[in-house]
Amino acid sequence: MDCTQIYQIVMMPEVFLVWTSLAKILGLLGIVLGLVSYTVYAERRVSAFIQDRLGPNRVGPQGLIQPIADAFKLVLKENFMPAGVNKFFYYIAPKLSMIPAILVLAVLPFGSTLLGVPMVIAGIDIGVLWVFAVSSLGVYGIVLAGWASNSKYSFLGGIRSSSQMISYELSLGLSVIPVFMVVGTLNLPEIVLYQVKNGWLIAPFWPQGFDLAKLAENPGGAWEMVVASFAAGFSLQKLLLWVPLFLSFIVFLVSIFAETNRAPFDLPEAEQELVAGYHTEYSSMGFALFFLGEYAAMIAASGVIVTLFLGGWSLPLVPDGSAESFFGLSFVPGWLAGVLWGFVNIGVFFGKVIALLLFMIWVRWTVPRFRYDQLMKLGWYFFFELALFNILLTALVLIFVP
Amino acid sequence: MAIVVKRAKLSLLEKLYFPALIGGLLITIRHFKNMFFGKTKVTMQYPEERWDEHLPPHYRGAPTLVTDEVGRERCVACQLCEFICPSRAITIHPEEIPAHEKWGKVEKRPKTFEIDMVRCIYCGMCQEVCPEQAIFLRKDYLVIGYSRKEMVHDKARLYELGGVMDGLVLKWNEKK
Ligand code: SF4
Ligand code: SF4
Repeated sequence: MDCTQIYQIVMMPEVFLVWTSLAKILGLLGIVLGLVSYTVYAERRVSAFIQDRLGPNRVGPQGLIQPIADAFKLVLKENFMPAGVNKFFYYIAPKLSMIPAILVLAVLPFGSTLLGVPMVIAGIDIGVLWVFAVSSLGVYGIVLAGWASNSKYSFLGGIRSSSQMISYELSLGLSVIPVFMVVGTLNLPEIVLYQVKNGWLIAPFWPQGFDLAKLAENPGGAWEMVVASFAAGFSLQKLLLWVPLFLSFIVFLVSIFAETNRAPFDLPEAEQELVAGYHTEYSSMGFALFFLGEYAAMIAASGVIVTLFLGGWSLPLVPDGSAESFFGLSFVPGWLAGVLWGFVNIGVFFGKVIALLLFMIWVRWTVPRFRYDQLMKLGWYFFFELALFNILLTALVLIFVP
Repeated sequence: MAIVVKRAKLSLLEKLYFPALIGGLLITIRHFKNMFFGKTKVTMQYPEERWDEHLPPHYRGAPTLVTDEVGRERCVACQLCEFICPSRAITIHPEEIPAHEKWGKVEKRPKTFEIDMVRCIYCGMCQEVCPEQAIFLRKDYLVIGYSRKEMVHDKARLYELGGVMDGLVLKWNEKK
């Protein structure tokens, strides 16, 4: 076989799909797992700063190598299995909490395109349903761990987790329905494309059709162009829709906090009450998997929020991977410009995710934990109704305001 | 009698929870900001920064044995410190000083003198009880070792840490 034959095989549609998907999977997993370890580091550093401490600052400059040291420590520890555990469930529970978090990543559009390849592993039409279906499986890991460990603390953690789930899953699902009513699809990449065209869902004003290239041609008319673009992006419907969309953003955000077991809804862990909740009896890699799963779930959840409400990989004025020029620089060929902008888009997506992660950390070290009944009340009495009302409001706006 | 705790009536704004939440977030971010820009005072970063120069004169570090200005070991092996030590850290085996030696007049000295620094609680009782002012708590706080055995200070080590302390007890002078 010579080169052209190999090229032909590689470019066959099926083969092409397989190897590009594999490359995307490897790349995304690499980024996310790296992000996980540095989220743990950020968690420790930020919490320390908030509490007037310094946090880990010994291993490497500013403690930046700490995650690697932590990983070594966890790997080298004994994987201890207490007596009386249900071995099978005890063994699979950590995996069950890690896998769903990773699976959610499959449908997230984490960039626009690179050389025409869309930066999403599976752009399936049931995107959001997939996210909900898979991410709620993560609860099984926690419940099984709590039940199989044969420990009172773990058991209480598991029970709390299951009852927590029934109180927030409802509002979680209902709160995003307005998004689909507005956008009209469940496909996550298309939701992002809609936001690229019409502005982020939580932004009431949007400069529509504002183009840097045109601005470069006519720098004097910048102000008029800004005004004109905002006027073009404005409509009464959009302004009115902003109210329910913002409400659903809030409800969704709060539910996501509960979904990922983050404070103020970290009832299953509750280190002050339950030692470490569901993973009390785990050590070494079992514990590490729970830990990774928790943070991977955080990242996946942030990715979902970013995709649904914050415009995904888009940033106003930043072109996507199909762009032909890079700041009008003549020595950058068209394809390279597309690749560069593609990478910028990926960077934008992860930048937004990181901002949300930092926000989650910030909230965790601010808000005290909700009590059991308070969470249920919040979920059932407040957010459930709010989400329903929100759907109604969206429908009314969509029907009566053209 | 039942005590009724009056709950404050919350206004609608307070019930909404979000204003309080935002207030809390502002407080924590202020702490973060102050820490980030180095405005917050933090604890001493121990191995790099040390308190050595600022140790107060009454600081109680490791107990040590001292010699006087003419090099005589002050301890006369009376074993009072061994008995008073609340954690029984001190073990002394006395011996007689042969009469022909320079300080034969003193008659007794410790053959071995061991302080187990794992047990010592730095209380200073030994220093207080010693009639000869031979044992002092010096300013050494870095007492470390890889084994329990290393943590036992023997006589040589105690004198090395203690050094010389002059004055105070003069009754063993040759002229007296
Ligand atoms: S300081 Fe207290 S505990 Fe330590 S050797 Fe002296 S008497 Fe014993
Ligand atoms: S150190 Fe003082 S108290 Fe202890 S044996 Fe020697 S002379 Fe007696």
